[in-house]
Order: sequence, then structure tokens, then C-alpha cells
Amino acid sequence: MAQRRIRILLAKPGLDGHDRGARVLARSFRDAGFEVIYTGCHQTPEQIAATALQEDVDMVGLSCLSGAHNYLYPQVAKLLRDGGADDIVVVGGGIIPDKDIPTLKEAGIKEVFLPGAPLEVINDWIRANVTPKE
Amino acid sequence: MKELGKRVLAGDIRAASRLIRNLEDQITDTYIAIQEIFKETGKSHVIGITGAPGAGKSTLTDELIQAYRSQGKTVGVLAVDPTSPFTGGALLGDRIRMLRHAEDPGVFVRSLATRGAMGGISKAVGEGIHVMDVLGKDRIIVETVGVGQQEVEIINHAHTVIVVLVPGMGDEIQALKAGLMEIADIFVINKADREGAGKLYKETMNMVQMSRDRAGVSKGWQIPVLLVESVMEPHKFAESVEKLRDKIEEHYQFLVDNDLISERMRRKTAAEIQEALWGAIMCPILNEMEASGEMKRMIDRCLLKDTDPYTLADEIALRYMKEGLAKDICADS
Amino acid sequence: MFTQELLDKSSLLRKKWEDEVKKVIAKNPDMKERWSTVSDLEIKRIYGPEDIKDMDFERDIAYPGQFPYLRGNQATGYRGKFWTFRMFAGMGTAVVTNQRWHYLLSTGQTGLSTAFDFPTLMGYDTDSPKAKGECGKCGVAIDTIDDFRDLIKGIPLDKITTSMTINPPATALWAMYCASAQEQGIPLTKIGGTIQNDMLKEFIAQKTLMCPPEPSVKLISDTIEFGTKYVPKWNTISISGYHIREAGATAVQELAFTLRDGMEYVEDAIRRKGLHVDEFAPRLSFFFNSHIDFFEEIAKLRAARRIWAKAMRERYNSQDPRSWWMRFHTQTAGCSLTAQQPYNNVVRTATEALAAVLGGTQSLHTNSLDEVLCLPSDHAVQIALRTQQLIAEETGVVNTIDPLAGSYFVEALTNEMEEKAWEYIHKIDEMGGMVAAIEKGFPQMEISDAAYKFQQQIDSGEKVMIGVNKYNIEDEVVDIPIVEIDDGIEQEQLRRLAETKRKRDSRKVAECLKDLAEACKKGDNVMPYCIEAVKNYATVQEICDVYREVYGEYRDPGIY
Repeated sequence: MAQRRIRILLAKPGLDGHDRGARVLARSFRDAGFEVIYTGCHQTPEQIAATALQEDVDMVGLSCLSGAHNYLYPQVAKLLRDGGADDIVVVGGGIIPDKDIPTLKEAGIKEVFLPGAPLEVINDWIRANVTPKE
Repeated sequence: MKELGKRVLAGDIRAASRLIRNLEDQITDTYIAIQEIFKETGKSHVIGITGAPGAGKSTLTDELIQAYRSQGKTVGVLAVDPTSPFTGGALLGDRIRMLRHAEDPGVFVRSLATRGAMGGISKAVGEGIHVMDVLGKDRIIVETVGVGQQEVEIINHAHTVIVVLVPGMGDEIQALKAGLMEIADIFVINKADREGAGKLYKETMNMVQMSRDRAGVSKGWQIPVLLVESVMEPHKFAESVEKLRDKIEEHYQFLVDNDLISERMRRKTAAEIQEALWGAIMCPILNEMEASGEMKRMIDRCLLKDTDPYTLADEIALRYMKEGLAKDICADS
Repeated sequence: MFTQELLDKSSLLRKKWEDEVKKVIAKNPDMKERWSTVSDLEIKRIYGPEDIKDMDFERDIAYPGQFPYLRGNQATGYRGKFWTFRMFAGMGTAVVTNQRWHYLLSTGQTGLSTAFDFPTLMGYDTDSPKAKGECGKCGVAIDTIDDFRDLIKGIPLDKITTSMTINPPATALWAMYCASAQEQGIPLTKIGGTIQNDMLKEFIAQKTLMCPPEPSVKLISDTIEFGTKYVPKWNTISISGYHIREAGATAVQELAFTLRDGMEYVEDAIRRKGLHVDEFAPRLSFFFNSHIDFFEEIAKLRAARRIWAKAMRERYNSQDPRSWWMRFHTQTAGCSLTAQQPYNNVVRTATEALAAVLGGTQSLHTNSLDEVLCLPSDHAVQIALRTQQLIAEETGVVNTIDPLAGSYFVEALTNEMEEKAWEYIHKIDEMGGMVAAIEKGFPQMEISDAAYKFQQQIDSGEKVMIGVNKYNIEDEVVDIPIVEIDDGIEQEQLRRLAETKRKRDSRKVAECLKDLAEACKKGDNVMPYCIEAVKNYATVQEICDVYREVYGEYRDPGIY
């Protein structure tokens, strides 16, 4: 009966409203057996970090297609660290040039998924890399 | 686990969210933390919001948070969404409508999945309320999932129950079926600009009048029916939710003035003891049976009609009453 | 359409063919059982006279320039004038975008199209905390009329038409355009262009949100009224299916929701402004997506013209044939492009552009091969533009009008598109219109379902995207130049904004904004007040804040 479920916060930081990918992922996460808290578009990093803390998630998934990922993604990771939650895995997706990836990883984004990543690959990555809290 | 309780008492948000998680996940020994905090509970006014999916409960909750914050009151929210019976996953989307409060330290929103386990959600909600309570939230709003038998259990947790109805959804009948009419302290007709709102209002008023002298837990309370404007008219919407807030406060005061709070508290506590017993007895037994594979073997045998669930239950009850749990599982955390 | 004799003969021959097919299949089975469009519409192995036998030539097909305009609005097709080559462009500051525009005009582009950055699109200034990290990234940053003057520097406003992809702050940006024209001594009656100004599709799909649907539609009706009276050559709305499709809709959903949106605007302008349909309907314009499924797109565009003509004449009793014309811009599908093997995108875009032309578009944007990776480079934009020029001037498809008319398949598919679109339109009518349907989350849910289904079909391999789920290259290194917007742009724009704010008369700005708020409260047309406000250097956000204050802010109900 005691059973840890993987909890994921899925959010779109920044001002772009292109949420097709995020909406598809939200359903896919549910169908993969995860509990996913979807908070939609137009969020500030501060809102995302505060939500992640309140919801005690294991992972934060970020999607941004506006090109502002270099500011927004690291800012979420930093705010989580500041809130004492560096154990929360942060991953990002979207239109992200290859050369930005190392910088993002250095800033605490554990994995970056590019356009065309199959849902199952993402779900498998989560199962392998995100362990629900002890 | 003791540590977690102390940190929650000190107002640590992360500890609070972890404790709720542990309770939800039914992690063994989590009750130690609840023991730590229980003495401090009982200060918050708990408001339940129920009604069919799509009735606008989350949007109403969002505006109610705003209405309380404008008075300087702190708010906790437990928002429940259904777990998929097929995958065990859940899409928890209620707080998307409460985003504007995300950064407000006076507001703590927590999403819960029903998980589908027996008695699970009611228990998790009750425990979540305790955690929000000791965090010092003045008002705790519980937004139910909106379908199923468990809806009426909100009465075991809330001081004030709001039933939200929407014109044109055939709600009246749904609500009646679910027994929601009996637990309502306040009715809200949401999206009152829609066609059929007037008719729904009348019908609800009739129903309220017919059941005026119900033997419920709010004896003598005149159940109000409030019209709430569409959220598409943000200013009017906010105004009508402020009226709702005032009605909620009035109801609580009524409970206090008429000494009805203690009755609700007895009911709430009785339910909680039952749930705690379930957690203390059934949970570890079920855990042990799952872990040892006994559950699987029992299912196989029942399917073969080799035996039946009732005989097995008798056997297991006898065995545990005599022998207790295996020690190692008991201590596992 | 056909004589009974022909149908009988066809039936006979068809039977023979079917027998042959059975024989061949027994030996050589088909590669798969079900064949369908990218939107998952099932397609038959063959189409024949019996599939379109119920059509009436005069009623359903006719000639270009004749009702129901299936074959195009203009009698002469593309012989008098190609479609407008209109490439969407914008990046960084106004000065940078202005340079790009001049470059595009020098390469043979015939119309301009503005991409704004996200803060501008959402009605925030560069100095808003919400704008951090976004300035100039996906388009040009416009805060005040100072920026706007730089944007249009050297562009003859009375000769070149400019399209502005702007929605919630459309009144503010259009006001800047009008004010700038007046400054240059060009009367408003001479300027032409388009503001997208379509909020319903934002609620449905793209989520560039500001106020609730009701006041949003009111603001749109204001622009329609103002345009009708004072800026007669301007298209005050571009009713857009593009974003609906990009959000995951099927072709039928794109068609149905877009046209139903159009009907909602028509109804509001008639009801709220007391305008006669023929006063404003000739200036309504549309914007469609051209996706990768060639015939489905052609059928969709042909059906769109026929549905609109019927709706205008029959639903709204329009008398003026110009109101019956559906005029539309098309953009090839961004969502069909892949980050993998990006050069393949040139082929996709060419196919989609060809479909748009065969569908009879009036204006076209072709996506650049790198758009799934970054803002387009000059070279990539040039290839995209050349794609259009090549279709226009080399392929010969412009020689004759609507060459696919009469094709059993294309006509049957066009009919099917129309039929399915009307089903949606009637369903939305029953819900009480598009605003009511949006409030119920109906179109949003339909699109979410379609998007998820498509992704599952991609994951299962049922639908193919080359380079993504078939013919992948292991460890592919994508070697194309990536255009990046310098983060220094943000500082530069902040400096510009601060300078404008310093030099302006802030008392005058406050007055203008107060007048605007009053107009909003009274239900007056906001346009004259917006023009006055921008002339006095009110910012885009200041104007939008007035709307947010008076009408309230819309919060996404989160339907997925």
C-alpha cells in the first residue's frame, strides 16, 4: 500500500503561449503513471519554484519556445537551490540551440529534450533518472 | 519523522509539503509526525467546496483566496483531482487557475490525487488539513474532485460546506443523487449569467425550503443560495465571491454561537479515529501481505473458487489478532 | 453532375477494377490497412464519378469570380498578379528589423509582415519584470511610437502594405501606424495593411491573453468600426486558423473553428455597432495554415471559400459579392518542420506552398528551413522566398486557374471538408456561439485530443515524420548557422524606453490614459483615444493596463 509516486511539475515559463507540447506531455505523463501538476503558460520562474516547493515534486519540466530559455531555465534551478530544493530534478525542452545545452546543464538543468523527442523516450528517461523522494 | 513534525510546527514549507506527501504515500511511521503536531491543530476554519466537474470550483477557490487575502487572512488549499484507474497517473490541473497566488507566502496550495485506494483520499485530506492548520492558515479550502461516493465525506472535514451548481448541466439531479443536498451549508449557483440560472435558483430554493428542518449538523441555519457571476466578468465575479466569503464567515459564526462546532468536531474526530485505525491496522497488514506475495496467492485462490474472500478475511483477522505483524516490517520506514 | 449512362458505365468498370484489386492484393498485400491524411481523415483507394454525383455544377463549382467562389474570387486568377510574397520578419530593436525589411524588399518581396517580441505581443513593456529575458527574441520590441517610427523608416506607407501580427494590443499598435502615417502626411484613406487582431483563436489556441472574451471582441468591433469609417483600405482583422492548426488541430477543426470565429466577429459588429454586414465584411481577411498533406490542404482552402460565401449570403443576408469573398493569407506549417535533418524542411515548405497556391491563396509566407531551431538566417529566408518565386515563375502552376477542379478526389475531399466543418459550426451554434463554446472549453479540448492522438501516432510509427521517427541519422550533427539575438538588445531597448519616458510630458500621458479608460467604461470606440495616447508617447503596456484595469484580466482556465 505504501507507494511512492513520481510527482512532476510541468510549466511554461516566459510569455509564449505555445503549449501544444506541454499539453501533450501532461497527458503522456499521466498515462505513464506519474502524477503531474500542470500549471500552464506565462509563469515567472518565481511562481514555478514556489509551486514546486509546495507540491513536493520530484521533477520540474520546463517548456519554452520563445528563445528566453537561457535566462528562464537557470533562474528556476537557482530559485529551487535557494529554497533548499536542489534535490528536485529540473529538465527543459523546446527550441534550444545545441550550443546552449552545456551552459544550461552547468546551470542545473539535468536534461534537455529537443523537438521530436518521442514521448516514450522522455518517460523512460524520467523512470531512470527521477526517483521519488525517500 | 519526528523531525518533520517539528519543522512543520516551525513553519517550514518544504517540511510541510513533504509531510503531506508522506501521508499521501502512506509511508510507514509518518503518523509519528502527526502525533507531534496534533495538539496544535483545530484552529483553522475549514471550508469544503464540492460540485460536479466543470462547475468552476477552482476558479471560485481562486477568487475566494483573493477575497480572504484582501482581509489579511492566510489561506491553505487542498485541491483533489482524480487518479486514472488504468495507469495510476493523475493530471492535477486545479492550481492552474490559482496561479496568481503562487508567490504569496500567505497562501499554500497543494494538489492531491485520489489514488483510488480504499478510504485513501478522505484520510489524506484530513491529514493535509492538519498540516495546513499547524502552519497557521486561517482558512483552509478543500476543493473536492466532484464525482463519486466520497464527495459527501467532505462533511467529516469541513466546518462549512459549499455546493456549487451550474445551470444547464443537470446538476440538480446529480447533486441529489450524490447526497450533496444534505451536506450543503451554502449553495452557489455559478455562472449565473447562463441560460437557466433563474430556474436553477428557484429549484434550489424550493429544495432548501423543503429540507429546512433537516436533522443535519447545522440545525437552524438558513441555507442561503448565492448567485455568482461569470468569471468572464471579472469585477462582478469578484464582488459576488466577496459576498460568498461573508456568508461563509456568517455560517461559522452561527456554528460558534449555537454551540454546533463541538458537534462537528466530534463527528470529525470519530471519522479521523476510524481512518487512523485503518492506517494503523489495515495498512501494515496489507503492506505485509503485498510484500510477502500472500495477496497475490489469495487472489489466485479466489479466482479458482478454491476459497472465498470472506473465509480468507476471517483467517487473516484471527492470525493477526493472535500473532501481530512481522517485526521487521513493523519497524521499516 | 453526370448522366445516368455515364454512372452506369462507371459502375461497371469499377466492378472490374475492384476484382482486379482483390486479385493483386491476394498476392501483394497493401503496405498498411488504413490510409489517411495527416489529420487522420480516411482516404479511399480511388475516387470516381459516383463520389461527386450529387454535386451541381452551377451551385457547387461554377467559375472563378462566381458564387460560391470555390475556384477563386478573381476572374483572372494569378495571371494579372501573383499572390503577395509576404515574409514574416522581426527581431531585436526596431532599427534592426527595419534593416531586415529593406533587405527583403530588395530581394523581391512584395509585402511586409511584422513579428513582434513576446512582451509586445502580450502588452508588456520591456521594463516590465515579466519581460525579462524575452526582449527582441522572437520579434521586434515596440514600446512607444519612437520605436515605431524607426520600424517604418523609409517604407512608403502608401505603397507597401504591412501586416502586423498583433492581438491583445492591436489597438495600440494600429494607433501607432495611423499616427505615423499622419505624421508623414499620408491620409488614413491611403494606407493599407492588416492587423491580426483575432482574439478568439488566442483563447482557443495560442494563449496570447489579456482580457476576457467579451471585451476582447468589443475592442475588435471598435477597430472594425474605425476602419470602416476612416481607414477603408485596412484589413482590421485576420481571422486565423494558422495557430489553431499549430496547436494540434486537424484540418477540419482549423477550417471550422476559424470560420466560426469569423461568424462571431460578423455577428458582434452587426449587433454591437449597428453596422450593415456589407459595410465591413469586404475588409475581413483570413489566415490559414498549409500543412504537409497536399490534397487535404487544397481541399480545405477551396472549401473555406465556399463555406464563407454561403454563410455570408445565407446567414447574414449579405448583398455585396465582395463580402462573399474569402480573402486569405497562408503560411506553411511550422509544426511540420523538423529540427532533425533541417534541409528536408525546404522540401516540406515547397510542397506546402504549392498546396497553398493550388488552393488559391492571396498571400503567402514560406517558412525558412531553420525556423524550428532559431530565428531565420538571411540565407534561409532567401531560399524560402525563392521557393515562392520558383512556384510562381518556373513551375507553370499559375498558368491556369484552380487546375484541380473537377478531380473526383479533390472535389469529394472538398465536399467532405465542408460537410464536417458545418457539423462543428452547427454544434458551436447550439452552444450559443464561439465565446460560449470557448468558455465551455470545447474547441480547446477538441484540439488537445487531436494533438495527443497525432503524437501517439508519431510515437507508434503510424504517421511518419522523416528524420524523427523514420530514416533517422544516428548521432546527427545539425550543421546550420544559428541566428541569435544578442542579450545586449534588452539593455539597448531599456535605454530607449527610459529616454522616451524622460522626454515626454507625463501629465499629458496620464490625461490621455484617463480619457481612454473613460471611453472603455462608456463603451465608446477606443481608437481615437489610442491614437491620441500614442502620439503623446503612451507605451503599449500603459494602454493595455487600462484595458486590464477596466475589463479585468483573463486567466487561462487551463483546459487540456
